[in-house]
Amino acid sequence: MSGNLRLVASAVAALMCASPLRAQAQVTSQRLAAAASEPQNWLTYSGGYKSERYSSLDQITPANVKNLKLQWVYQSPVAGNWQTTPLVVDGVMYLTQRLNDVVALDATTGRAFWMYRYTPAQDRIVCCGANNRGLAILGNTLFMGTLDAQLIAIDARTGRPIWKTEVATTRDGYSITHAPLVVKDKVIVGVGGGEYGIRGFIAAYDAATGKEAWRFYTIPAPGEPGSETWEACPKAATAFCDPEAWKHGGGSIWMTGSYDPQLNLTYWGVGNVGPDYNGAQRPGDNLYTDSVVALDADTGKLKWHYQFTPHDVYDYDAVQVPVLIDNWNRNGINVIAWANRNGNFYVIDRATGRFFLGEPFVKVNWMSGFDERGRPMQTPQPAGQPTYPGNQGGTNWYSPSFSPRTGLFYISAWEDYASIYSPAPSEYKVGSNFVGGGPQNFSAVPGAPGLGRSPINTWTEAAGHGAVIALDAGSGREKWKFKMTDVTDSGILTTASDLLFTGGREGFFQALDARTGALLWKTNLGAAINSGPITYRIGSRQYVSIVSGLSLFVFALDE
Amino acid sequence: MRSVPAVIAGVLIWIGLATAAGDAQAPLHDNQYSDADIAHGAALYAARCVTCHGTQGDAIGGVNLRSGTFRNAVIDRDLERFIRAGSAAGMPAFALDTGDMAGIVAYLRNMNAFDAAAVKTGDAARGRALFTGKGACAGCHRVGAAGAITGPNLTDIGAVRSAGSLQRSLVDPVSQMMPINRPVRLVRQDGTVVSGRRLNEDTYSLQVIDEGGSLRSFLKSDLREYTVSTTSPMPSYRNTLSGDELADVLAYLLSLKGQL
Repeated sequence: MSGNLRLVASAVAALMCASPLRAQAQVTSQRLAAAASEPQNWLTYSGGYKSERYSSLDQITPANVKNLKLQWVYQSPVAGNWQTTPLVVDGVMYLTQRLNDVVALDATTGRAFWMYRYTPAQDRIVCCGANNRGLAILGNTLFMGTLDAQLIAIDARTGRPIWKTEVATTRDGYSITHAPLVVKDKVIVGVGGGEYGIRGFIAAYDAATGKEAWRFYTIPAPGEPGSETWEACPKAATAFCDPEAWKHGGGSIWMTGSYDPQLNLTYWGVGNVGPDYNGAQRPGDNLYTDSVVALDADTGKLKWHYQFTPHDVYDYDAVQVPVLIDNWNRNGINVIAWANRNGNFYVIDRATGRFFLGEPFVKVNWMSGFDERGRPMQTPQPAGQPTYPGNQGGTNWYSPSFSPRTGLFYISAWEDYASIYSPAPSEYKVGSNFVGGGPQNFSAVPGAPGLGRSPINTWTEAAGHGAVIALDAGSGREKWKFKMTDVTDSGILTTASDLLFTGGREGFFQALDARTGALLWKTNLGAAINSGPITYRIGSRQYVSIVSGLSLFVFALDE
Repeated sequence: MRSVPAVIAGVLIWIGLATAAGDAQAPLHDNQYSDADIAHGAALYAARCVTCHGTQGDAIGGVNLRSGTFRNAVIDRDLERFIRAGSAAGMPAFALDTGDMAGIVAYLRNMNAFDAAAVKTGDAARGRALFTGKGACAGCHRVGAAGAITGPNLTDIGAVRSAGSLQRSLVDPVSQMMPINRPVRLVRQDGTVVSGRRLNEDTYSLQVIDEGGSLRSFLKSDLREYTVSTTSPMPSYRNTLSGDELADVLAYLLSLKGQL
């Protein structure tokens, strides 16, 4: 080392000891609550407690978006359906990759600082792939739920584990696939396993120690409020009818909730009832499956609930991210906007749970409308006939976006898509599939393939197609639609320059005009996009990132 | 791995076409099975299952396949899973392709009602001769290196289509044309017209094989017209081949498993 360099290095070391660099600043709960005021970062799974996936960054505009250039690519060494959304904190990107790895990258260059690998138990039981959708952060600690139902705290500077808590027993069918939500000094997380007869719950853990602070079961025990919706089912009446069906009633949590600091309520979407399709085994509404629950963030106590699909037999999980909108229709009321898997768009008072609005955004024939309290009037289809929307829903877990500038709510939707349901008795066995029959993709052309995953689209328009649908959040009416040939599992991002970024199964990453839906820019990334885009800023430069296939791509305008 | 011995093709059986013609609607759910699938499944059963389960399906104690209900399988998908996985009790795993699985499940569901005496047997060797000769199938379809490439390639058609679907294809081709295979007609912005068969499509582009056999890709923004035809250029063989000949062609098609 030359003398001059040695001198500079000493000076830098002295500086680091004297005053911590910005890169080492703590992510306080106050910063999380005010995430919108630091758009250079992406501090929670959905970008902030309102889960709008809206950023006030505006360097990339409708006029210059065509000049976006690829800046760097990070390739995951692990094959599979990569659903993660990264966090970006003061220049460092933290992301999960399958199975349960965490990687810290320089958000400017994509070079790694560290990697933490957690190997989930071999006897884990997880439905639908080894998915992990992301992390939460508080202080200098990252939090990850694992496929074998552990919650792990990781030092964000070193990538070393700090504590690990068993949330549930994986051998009983429990797992964690979503990003946790940090509220004040607690880490909130729920359990997956709705296809394995679990009894779902949401729980909060002390961020410093991992000690459980509260737990809310999404399936009430006998005597608790809501237990009356699990009606008696005499063993003789139906095969495998279980008088204690609630013990295996599902109600999984597999998407991250939202939080209202003023009301101190945290909102979570609850998954399907078990067994999924055979309603005869579990008569009643089956609360709180397919519901949104509003919980006191300090105690976990239920404040209110709204059930989107009572007595679901279609697997219409309410696993969508709750999007919080203030001053809805300029009437001073703060609401939750929700595009549900069951094909309806809802607006609900987030203080009381009162139903304001329900409008279908795709073809729906499982119900014909709502009563005055917002209960759907169900219209089950005859055996062998198609039910709209199909099993994967009018939308699913794909993050929607709300732009306060346009007043539009943006949904990744599946249109003209149906399933035919064949319920069948299903016996509960610990850790075994407990679904009660199964759906079949409907195609208007006999024998044609249903919706699939392949670079060759053999199912075509006969099986359904994808779209970005922009709804007026005040009325639920469609403002514009961007149709795709294949379906989409991509999340959506909007920005203050009225840009909308999204992907799809075809592998295109595209920018639309958020006001009109006009295509402004696209690039073919070569593999299906199964997660949501985010945006962040380093110095004066705005970046947009998206995962496609096994790679994370980052774009920006050339300097 | 090839899943069905070649000999099976020679013992295929065929139910009269009168019923097949009225059965153009494909099964919509698990409880509807075509006669051709049941018959194909019966042949597979005779070749691969009968040694252990017996002709009456009751040779293993406690297992009666003719009952139509199964201890480890409620819906057809369970049955398929079980057959693919085998059992700890000693049943081997069977790696059946789509067409064979559809057949064996259809047969197991209908074993009790199935009358083997009422069916005709097709011959794959005779069917092959009809394919290239009287039927002129090779004028549009290719198997291996022989035949034209304008129609869908049939080299593995016996692995990807069920017997019932192939049977209906021969007598009512429109009902069985996969949407991806539909003929397309494109008019480009400069007025040139391209006709061909669709191979793939996304939001922005379209891939076809044109009438001259060239692979071509088009941006939708460069097209003035894009028409997808719902009628098939394939003729119905209902009146041009006899019932026995159709049975032979079906036997040949079912023998095409993608192995040369």
